[in-house]
Parts: sequence; structure tokens; C-alpha cells
Amino acid sequence: MGANVLEKAAEKKYRVVGQSVPRRDGMGHVTGATKFVGDVHYPGMLHLKMVRSPVPHAKINSIDFSEAEKVPGFVRVLTHRDVPKNIYTILCLIGVGPDDEPVLAVDRVRYQGEPMAAILAETEEAALEAVAKVKLDLEELPAVFDVEEALKPGAPIVADTGVNYFIYEGHHCRRVRYGDVEQGFAQADFIVEETYNTKPIEHAPTETTGCVAKPEADGRVTVHTNTQALYFSLDNTALILQVPFQKLHFVGGTVGGGFGGKVDVITEPITTLAAMKTGRPVKFIYSRVEEMQVSSPRSAWRLKYKDGVTKDGRIVARQITSYADAGAYNRHTPYAVTKHAANVAGPYTIPNVHIDAHCVFTNHTPGSAFRGFGVTMASFAIELQMDKIAATVGLDPWEIRFINAYRNGDVRPHRKVAEDVTFIETMQAAAKLAGHDLPEHLLAMNSWDRNGGQHG
Amino acid sequence: MAAKVVSFTLNGRETEVMVKPLTTLQVVLREQLGHTATKTGCRQGGCGSCTVLLNGEPVLSCLLPAEDVAGQQVTTLEGLTPIDGLHPVQSAFFDHYAVQCGYCSPGMILTTKALLDRNSTPSREEIVEAISGNVCRCTGYTAIIEAVEAAAQALKGGQNGR
Repeated sequence: MGANVLEKAAEKKYRVVGQSVPRRDGMGHVTGATKFVGDVHYPGMLHLKMVRSPVPHAKINSIDFSEAEKVPGFVRVLTHRDVPKNIYTILCLIGVGPDDEPVLAVDRVRYQGEPMAAILAETEEAALEAVAKVKLDLEELPAVFDVEEALKPGAPIVADTGVNYFIYEGHHCRRVRYGDVEQGFAQADFIVEETYNTKPIEHAPTETTGCVAKPEADGRVTVHTNTQALYFSLDNTALILQVPFQKLHFVGGTVGGGFGGKVDVITEPITTLAAMKTGRPVKFIYSRVEEMQVSSPRSAWRLKYKDGVTKDGRIVARQITSYADAGAYNRHTPYAVTKHAANVAGPYTIPNVHIDAHCVFTNHTPGSAFRGFGVTMASFAIELQMDKIAATVGLDPWEIRFINAYRNGDVRPHRKVAEDVTFIETMQAAAKLAGHDLPEHLLAMNSWDRNGGQHG
Repeated sequence: MAAKVVSFTLNGRETEVMVKPLTTLQVVLREQLGHTATKTGCRQGGCGSCTVLLNGEPVLSCLLPAEDVAGQQVTTLEGLTPIDGLHPVQSAFFDHYAVQCGYCSPGMILTTKALLDRNSTPSREEIVEAISGNVCRCTGYTAIIEAVEAAAQALKGGQNGR
């Protein structure tokens, strides 16, 4: 195999690969016949709306529903006392713990918009009016919004574990240790340091998150949902409601835009509970405001790089301290940070690497999955850092990437052997597409034979 | 305030509904008449997923009181679809992969229909301007713009949909 491996693959004709196939759901989409969750309607269906915290951190003294109950069409309220197992963490199904998030807040709210009680009413308007008439007696607590502030002694404590970080096998962060970075820095001609910050990003799907739960005559509940994780949602809902899995029938697969934003198991447990408690179909669909304010965004990240580089452009040591702002609860961030730690050194072969990746709790809206979460923000920082290295050393940014690029068989910092790597070939193809002429010695490199390039 | 009867033409059919004051056309279409092709992405006039045609022009049904359409012609995506096959705009969207999640598609297709009715040979800039009120979060718009161009070609050539 050689440098033109991608071109060779492109020459080969396949029946499916490289061919256009009509979308299975396309006809329904262009005729409007596709049924989305919001299109599901049952006679006698109730509407659920949430009472949400107006502040980012507070002790709950009391909640007064007396005026809400007088609204015509009000049916009932659900509080934490109605939820059989009112604490969960989505990834408990793959062994992540401890459970940390209540379905409905008990005595404390930890982010603005946190659900405190669910109101059920005959119409959506009545549900909204009743929510507006709920009186909250809250005692606001100091809040923390910065990942490094949250880790300082004396910071307001968000998590019930008593520390504002997820504990990875007894450690305060996910650690990767490979070689000896201090030795690497000693060999370096340049030290290149930079901090990179990113902000939360909302998926903003055109269809908002939601579900409809309908009790059936046989005692089961059918749940129509736009979740991206159907069985994850079913299993978590069953655990929260303390019912056998076969009591629930989840119907899904039609998602009006997800991008990772619809994997949180967030509307199904309370809606299913509401259907079971009332014996009526119940619909709970986020408003656009809820979608923007309380659905999990991509987390904000802070990444600090310190690289040791020789004057011929070799990165000989890389030290990274990074922080994911998980917001108030786990959701998917503990997993994202682990995935991040495996990738944050980049697709480069570096002999000495030291990574401390933190999953930090703050009073922000909990973050969650979003297209390559944990890695996308790392790539942003890595590639800016590569440009900074190129400028510092005085080499072409392409050259820096080619000479440090990982090859097949290289060991990565987390001890995985790189396999099926085509990074060099991809860069060569990208340069060609961009109309950038690469010098001969970079065109001669490939991902299989390190001696094909200039560094041996 | 009491509900009143509103009469209008929906997809060519005379229609009468009992409407409470300030009920939007979107709610009447979806919840009273079961025409759910009209979507509800924001219900505040920001996304275009609820677009319908009022006398052939695109309007946001989430902001339009249903009583205002009395005596007028309303077309939803259900009304664009022929008995057999697809309208040429629908065919173009299907063939050019201009649909992904499908949620913006009804509004996007009706906006395109209205554009091509008033301008059979729109420039790329005119297409971009016409669909600027319809938010798509999946495609990045390129496939949609190409589908609108293809639909214009097909209609000019007198082609039917599939």
C-alpha cells in the first residue's frame, strides 16, 4: 500500500459504496406523511408542563400549588414524592455512577430551569397557566459557573459527592501517562503554551424534544418518543418507575433533528409516570424556549497545552490539562471526558504525553452528547496549537502536521496501537482539493512506511 | 369570548371550523383538522416549519389567527401532493437528498412552490433569499438549493413529478 491508497480505492466500483441510494423515509418527508411525536394525538390526552427553577442554585423551602389547582382544566401535580426511584444517571446502564440526578428536584435546585414539579392539565394553555400560578419559596445559594473556580477550596459545592469533579477510579480526573514529559521538555528547543476555551453550543433541532405516553388496556404503556436512544430510554424509564421492562413499549425512530441532543432520557420517565398515575394519554413536548434553555448543550471546555518541540519540528512532549463543564449533573460528560482523554493529544506520534482531563460540576445547564463530543473541542484546540507550533518553529503548517502524523503501528498515549490510519493520505487529498501544491518530500510520505518520509 | 364558525378553502375543499378567538391557523390545521404536515418547530415565527400557502403566498401559520383566513385559499403540503406520485418540487427534494430529518421539509417545499410560481428561473441568490425564513439544521442548505434549481428546470421543461 502507498500514498495513492485513497485514489486506488476510489477507482474500484462497488454496488453500494460510492452509490446514491434513495432514502427509505424520503417519501414520507416530502409528502408530510411522516408522523413525528408532536403529530401523535389521542382523545382525552393530557398535557404536561414543568415547574422550573428560576435561579441557578437554591434550597427549596416550599412549593405552593393552591392557586395552580384552581385553574380550570388543572388535573394534578407530580412531585418528587410520586417518582418511585427519583435519582438516576443515564449511563448507569454501562456502569457509570453514582446516580446523581433527580427526575424532580427534592430539596435543592442546581441549575436554572431544573424541573421541580410537573403539572398535568386538560389543555396546554391550562397547564401553562397553572405553572405560572405555582408559588416557589426558594433560598438562593451561591453558584459557581467557571470550571477552575469550581475546583478551588471553598467553592459552592454542586454535587452530592461533596466534590465538584467526577471521580475516575479514585482520581480527580481522567489521567493518561506516557513516557516522561519533563525529560521531553528538557530535550526541546521551544516550549509552546496556550489555553483554548469553547462555549456551550445548543443543537437547536427544528423539532423540539418530547414524547407521548399512552396507557394500554393490558396494563402496558406505549411511549412515542423522538429519543435518539430508544432502548436506553426504555431501560432507564423502567428503572426510574420500578416496573419490569416489558411493561413499557417504546415507539421511535423518527427524530426531527437530534445531533446528540436527544439522548438524555429526559421527558420519557415523567410522562410515562403521569400516564400511569392518571390512566390517560399524556403529551410533553418542549417549547422552543425549553429546548434552548434546559436541553443539554455541547459542554463548554477549557484546554491548556504545553508542548516541547525541537527545531526540526518534532513534538517531543505534550502536557494537557483540560476541563469539561458538565453543568449540574453527569448526563454523558463522564464518558465524554474519557473519550476526550484518548484523543486530546491528537493524531500525532509524541513520545512523552501527560494528560489530566477533568469532568467538572458547575451550576450551568447539564451538558451532554453532541457530534463527537469530547473530541470535537479537542480537535479545535489541537489544530490551533499545531499552527502555533508551526509559527513558533518557523516551519510550514503542513510540514509540522506531516512529520508528526501518526502511522500504522504507532502506539498512542493511551496504549492503543494505531490501525487503519490514513491521516497522511487524507492530508494529501485535502491539499489537492484545496489547490495547494505540497512539496515532493511530503507527497512521498505514507501511513504505512515511516521511512518513506523524511524522519525515520 | 365565544367560538365562531370560520369558512375557508383548504386544499381546494370548502372547510368550516369552530374557532376560539386568537387560535392560530397552525393549531386549527393540526389539532382540529388533522393536517399534521404543517410543523411546530418554534410556534413563535422563527423557523418556518409551519409555512402554508395563503392564496399562493407563503405565510407562517403559527402567527396567523385562523379567523383571518375566512373566505381565502389555504394550501398545506397535503394539498400539494397529487393522487399519484409527487409534485415536481417534491420529486426534486427527494432526488437531490434535500430532506434529512424531514422536519423543515413541508415548509421548505411550500416556500419553493411559491417562489417558482412567481419566478420560474430564480438565480441562486433569489433562492437563498426565498428560503431564508425556513431553518434547516441538517443539510447545510446546499442540497436544498440544488433541489430548488432542479425543480425550476423540471417545471420549465413541463416535466411531471415521479
